[in-house]
Amino acid sequence: MHANTRFPRCRKDQATPVATAWQLELSVGSIGGHRNLKADEVTRETHSFLRHLTEALTSGADGNVGGKDWEATRQFLEQLSRSRALAGQDSQQTASFIFSFKGTLFDLLREEFKEEAAVLADQVLQASELLDALGLHTIRTYQATREAVIRRQQEELLELSTPVVKLWDGVLALPMIGTLDSQRTQVVMESLLQRIVDTGSEIAIIDITGVPTVDTLVAQHLLKTVTAIRLMGADCIISGVRPQIAQTIVHLGLDLQGVVTKANLADALALAMRQLGVTVTKAQ
Amino acid sequence: MERIPILQMGQFLLVTIQVDMHDQLALTLQEDLAERINATSARGVLIDISALDIVDSFIGRMIGTISGLSRVMDAETVVVGLQPAVAITLVELGLTLPGVSTALNVERGMKLLRERVTT
Repeated sequence: MHANTRFPRCRKDQATPVATAWQLELSVGSIGGHRNLKADEVTRETHSFLRHLTEALTSGADGNVGGKDWEATRQFLEQLSRSRALAGQDSQQTASFIFSFKGTLFDLLREEFKEEAAVLADQVLQASELLDALGLHTIRTYQATREAVIRRQQEELLELSTPVVKLWDGVLALPMIGTLDSQRTQVVMESLLQRIVDTGSEIAIIDITGVPTVDTLVAQHLLKTVTAIRLMGADCIISGVRPQIAQTIVHLGLDLQGVVTKANLADALALAMRQLGVTVTKAQ
Repeated sequence: MERIPILQMGQFLLVTIQVDMHDQLALTLQEDLAERINATSARGVLIDISALDIVDSFIGRMIGTISGLSRVMDAETVVVGLQPAVAITLVELGLTLPGVSTALNVERGMKLLRERVTT
């Protein structure tokens, strides 16, 4: 790849104007995607990318981006796409960082080889392939980072969604938030039953204020949980039945099989305390 | 032959299952218990299964049968100490043990039995 030796030559002395032209391209050309990024940060990134590129090309790197010569460049791009992914930029905005450099580079090549059309075409093709490969690498890293973020959020969501709180001596409450599917019901049931055993509670209140919809499947999951609690020898109250949910339950003809339901958590707690024989009075 | 001991405590019978239940053992327990309720005219039966890690559908049905037969002989049955995993398994199997009273531990179970018998 004889021409590669010419890339750095035409860039080393022109590094600053090239970077400036590229930044202009970035801010004008690309979909307004860089509005979240600080200008000086973009400047620094363009400069260091150019430096890495120049270094790689001077050390005689060929077009194989996976090679050893490109390691520093790859690492730089990986870090770049990772920070973009965490900053909430989408893949198009991240990739446009690399792809928008094409315009500047092609202008430069056209200037350099304006006498030799054949060489110019060859150079443009090579430069294009190189930038495409680097851009694809950036996107791949971007996606990996996004997937890691999604995975972590899923795990956190599952942990967050099942807090069992102790309301009173012998009364546990489980505020359910989000849709009830079989996996969540399983987790909820296990943690609630374990807490009942640990604390020796007699009454468990399941609050479904945060459950957006109740269909036959959700009702079935609820009934399973209630039955399991009853088998353990504790009583269960379902609270937070909103008017819409009550309507849905009646319309669907769901049979809650004698499960005690209350409109809100306060009523449920009052009932639980009455069952425990506890009375609360205002201090005189 | 292996048997599960049935202890008498006043007007109640106490059964603590400490070994893994196999089907023959369950059937023997059922018969023994019926005999003992008859012999002692007990008013209540307390079955502690807190040591059981596995309860299959047969044992689940046996618990239901014991509850039913003791009710016929005018004795209340309370099952105590179900492990969370056992409760979940029973629910998944569709065995909701209708008509069987449950309590969290032996103390609560005895309290429940006393309440039931005096009223």
